[in-house]
Amino acid sequence: MNSQQQARPGREAMTGVATGRRRRGRGEQPVVPDTEFTSYYGKPVINGPVWKSPDIPGYLFLGGLAGASSLLAAGSQLRGDTRVATAAKTGALGAITLSVGALVHDLGRPGRFVNMLRVFKPTSPMNLGSWLLAGYGPLAGVSAASAVTGRLPKLGAAATAGAALLGPAVASYTAALVSDTAVPAWHDGHREMPYVFTGSAAVAAGGLGLLADGERASTPARNLALFGTGLELAASRLMERRLGMVAEPYRTGRSGKLLRAGELLAVAGTAGGFLSRRSRLARALSGAGLIAASALTKWGVFDAGIASADDPKYTVVPQRQRLREGS
Amino acid sequence: MTTATDPAGEAGYADHPPRMGFFTDTTVCIGCKACEVACKEWNAVPADGMELTGMSYDNTVGLGANTWRHVAFIEQRKPLAAQDPGMYHDTDVLAMAQRGAGSAPPDAAMTPTTPGTGGGGDGDFRWLMASDVCKHCTHAACLDVCPTGSLFRTEFGTVVVQEDICNGCGYCIPACPYGVIDQRKDDGRAWKCTLCYDRLGNGLEPACAKACPTDSIQFGPLDELRDRAARRVERLHEAGVTDARLYGENPSDGVGGDGAFFLLLDEPEVYGFPPDPVVTTKDLPSMWRHVATAAATLVAGAAAAFLGAAKGR
Repeated sequence: MNSQQQARPGREAMTGVATGRRRRGRGEQPVVPDTEFTSYYGKPVINGPVWKSPDIPGYLFLGGLAGASSLLAAGSQLRGDTRVATAAKTGALGAITLSVGALVHDLGRPGRFVNMLRVFKPTSPMNLGSWLLAGYGPLAGVSAASAVTGRLPKLGAAATAGAALLGPAVASYTAALVSDTAVPAWHDGHREMPYVFTGSAAVAAGGLGLLADGERASTPARNLALFGTGLELAASRLMERRLGMVAEPYRTGRSGKLLRAGELLAVAGTAGGFLSRRSRLARALSGAGLIAASALTKWGVFDAGIASADDPKYTVVPQRQRLREGS
Repeated sequence: MTTATDPAGEAGYADHPPRMGFFTDTTVCIGCKACEVACKEWNAVPADGMELTGMSYDNTVGLGANTWRHVAFIEQRKPLAAQDPGMYHDTDVLAMAQRGAGSAPPDAAMTPTTPGTGGGGDGDFRWLMASDVCKHCTHAACLDVCPTGSLFRTEFGTVVVQEDICNGCGYCIPACPYGVIDQRKDDGRAWKCTLCYDRLGNGLEPACAKACPTDSIQFGPLDELRDRAARRVERLHEAGVTDARLYGENPSDGVGGDGAFFLLLDEPEVYGFPPDPVVTTKDLPSMWRHVATAAATLVAGAAAAFLGAAKGR
């Protein structure tokens, strides 16, 4: 656990005094007045997530990419755009396979994933998520296999429709997964987080569509990216405004940098998608940028949660305020 | 949210013993750490290693996979009613011994408990010591979010992890609003206080309570403990210790009341406790609603993306 405020021996280790605040970045205006608070030697109040870094943020990102790509696949199939439909179907299968792989890697061994299916438990987003993946994974698999081999087109179409039905849930349930914790930046943002996640998923799927190219196809793909960018930006702004001081990790530190980079890349990628009608290379670059933007967002949200759990300020100050207002 | 105090009954035990718990009266804790050691001994909990933190006498830092009882040491520049901290630097111990050793205590001019006048801070320093433990919440977030059913509610109303079912997903760890349960590094699984479930089944009290030399840790039926705690706070208030307060005993708080509650002499956060913990699953219905609308929004957005493309041609 990397607490930012290590207790120093001697008198400086006294509790009951407000622990020092880190200096804010240059030129940034404080959102709320500095708050005095006490804690036990500056140690975290809650035990932070033990989820490992490439695994779980990767899991969040890949699930979004897969889920939204299934929608792109179904739409493109209806539209008769086989090229993009096949790319989206194989992309969804690849993403969901890697995503489950990341989860299994975090757990330690495959049997531990299967172990989650021994019960059905609606109070546990992770349990429902496991069931969702167990249903969605095979559908994405059949859909992609049929598209690549050209066999069993009717079964393939049914699987594509099924994957498109479950895909949005795969892209959004992870917001409940992270919010249903005592991690301040995640839990307090539970109302807006699902929209941040589905917006980011749409950005990723739009990027995949642009990468797959095709003259006709890039139109829905870039529309999807535009929609995703708008939704993600609006939801994150709303979330940050409502969270008050708990939103600090979303703006400052490493997590703040990742999120800002993700937003810039999403806007740039969307703009590139609209401006690059004639250049195949520019379209591919925009697509890759959009996928990277989605990954950055998920990494930023993940890191912000860890940062908010490590600093007791984000646990104590809002709760203290709630008590003061309640009584 | 219900304010039930019979979690065992709610969990489906039709006929069960009364809800058992801990009342930790920190005013009489002497910081001996017998509870930490007894817990490790009885439950065969691995050592945490030998690290000096420089945080007063606290070298275990907090609750974790290998620390199921944790004694906090808080140094404060605050007076403690009727307690003399004995921080006198100009005491002549030889003179003290000369005068005190041969005299009966009432006749002695100076004794270790009445060191006379003079010297620095008159009681402006105090040490708070408190033995922390799993709270065994009425509404337990760790139990709610566990995807495997590894965590369960016992017939005593306590919360226990079954280590043969735990798959090390780590979900219970950030879900706990108190920072109790944690992952053991070598096996990846989650561990915490079981309130000595094995001892309770045999009519014994938990190892920490058994080992506590001052009865700072009291074990018994929760209703009885709550009565006893209320009387103790009343007596302390009468004695002028107005800072004394109970923490976690209220069945209408955010976690439905704790199975292990505390008598504190300062704000909860001074001891490393959250001031107003709320079970994380309280907002889960709202989370699922927002997840559903966000999923619908994504479908609508995708549909619009395709319709917009069709029109644009």
